[in-house]
Amino acid sequence: MSSADRHAPHPRSTIGAGPSLLAIVGGAVARDLRIRIRAPGEWLNPLVFFVIVVTLFPLGIGPGPATLALIAPGVLWISALLSLLLSFDGLFAADHRDGTLEQLVLGEGPLSLVVLGKVLAHWLLSGLPLIVLCPLLAVLMQLPAEALPTLAASLALGTLALGLIGAVGAALTVGVNHGGVLLSLLVLPLTTPVLIFGASATAAAAQGFAAGGQLSLLAAILASALALAPLAASAALRVTAASDG
Amino acid sequence: MTAESVEAEEPLLEGRGLSAWRGENLLFDELDLSIGAGEVLQLAGPNGSGKSTLLRALVGLAELDEGEVRWRGRPVRRVRDAFHAELLYLGHKPGISGALDPRENLRALLGADGDEATRRTATLVELGLGARLDVPCRALSAGQQRRVALARLRLQRRTLWLLDEPLTALDAAGLDWVRARIVERATSGGAVIYTTHQPLALDGVRPRVLTLGRIA
Repeated sequence: MSSADRHAPHPRSTIGAGPSLLAIVGGAVARDLRIRIRAPGEWLNPLVFFVIVVTLFPLGIGPGPATLALIAPGVLWISALLSLLLSFDGLFAADHRDGTLEQLVLGEGPLSLVVLGKVLAHWLLSGLPLIVLCPLLAVLMQLPAEALPTLAASLALGTLALGLIGAVGAALTVGVNHGGVLLSLLVLPLTTPVLIFGASATAAAAQGFAAGGQLSLLAAILASALALAPLAASAALRVTAASDG
Repeated sequence: MTAESVEAEEPLLEGRGLSAWRGENLLFDELDLSIGAGEVLQLAGPNGSGKSTLLRALVGLAELDEGEVRWRGRPVRRVRDAFHAELLYLGHKPGISGALDPRENLRALLGADGDEATRRTATLVELGLGARLDVPCRALSAGQQRRVALARLRLQRRTLWLLDEPLTALDAAGLDWVRARIVERATSGGAVIYTTHQPLALDGVRPRVLTLGRIA
């Protein structure tokens, strides 16, 4: 025991007692959910926007079922994307304002896991509801019923991917005045493929074709985003935190 | 790890040749500082002299134009996780979420350092927030929010404290509390660096003073 003591590493260097990775993500999800649920305006507004935009199409274009059904996949997907773009601003804004962001940057464990937790919490309130709402709106847009599962699947994969991509943009533009526009421009190149594959998958299913290819591509985009976005976002957050004071 | 290095008082945190610009102002230039266990370092200087920036630069929240910061002898960028695990930084912003009440905020912040609800509550009561435990922090005054953040001084076991104007908006009882915590931390093998406008009389510990000033 004594010789081990002499050669033991400095006691502080054994940081093994930190929280588990899952605990870090879970803690971030729990905390963010609690905060967001108490400020419903922030995530309700984009959802209401989603419903309004889709509802406007039959009103503006006329209720002709053929036209509506034709554009339904695109309309639903574009509206979902716009709704999400609106919601990204609030991803890090509150934490930046009250200083909790810099505490997170100084926190234990990988910042990317905290970011992942935040993105998940954000998705639960800003992405998942889009999927829940889409059956009703799909009926409104005269989307054939057989396309509904594909629409839901593409939205499930796509909104998660978009949430991750949006986090990178949000991290880069936190604290920038009117950063929302800049954010949208920044993430546009990355969100466009998601939009294209999601709408295309739904359109294919509406015509009775298989949409496996597009869905696989969406899954691939999601996988890449899952691997890269948290890292990119945390790097951006460290820079953002460093640019204050 | 030779016997020699275990004996020697290696400084906890060292800054060598630190320089930082803020816009067109050179805040500090070729600054060296170090702090070891048991020490208290006060950063003094007029407003705008770069005290906060220096503090932030030491923890990595502000960019240094030149110089290197070392934690326990190693460059901070190489031991960032270990460094973060041992430091406690309280800046100008409260660092707590307005939507959560004090207890929830502390639970979110404390993470691995203790899930003990009773300790959190007891510390909040000690800080005079007993009547405000379930109030969202945005409904608290600036001083009360500060005190929620200061609870970490009691609840977290961190070696080095970097406190930016920790006495802001505190009443006499609060000042005494913070002073006592700083003395406790220093006399138990930790270290404290702080900035303040008010002279801080510490019982039993003499702080070293580093004065920053405008460089023409």
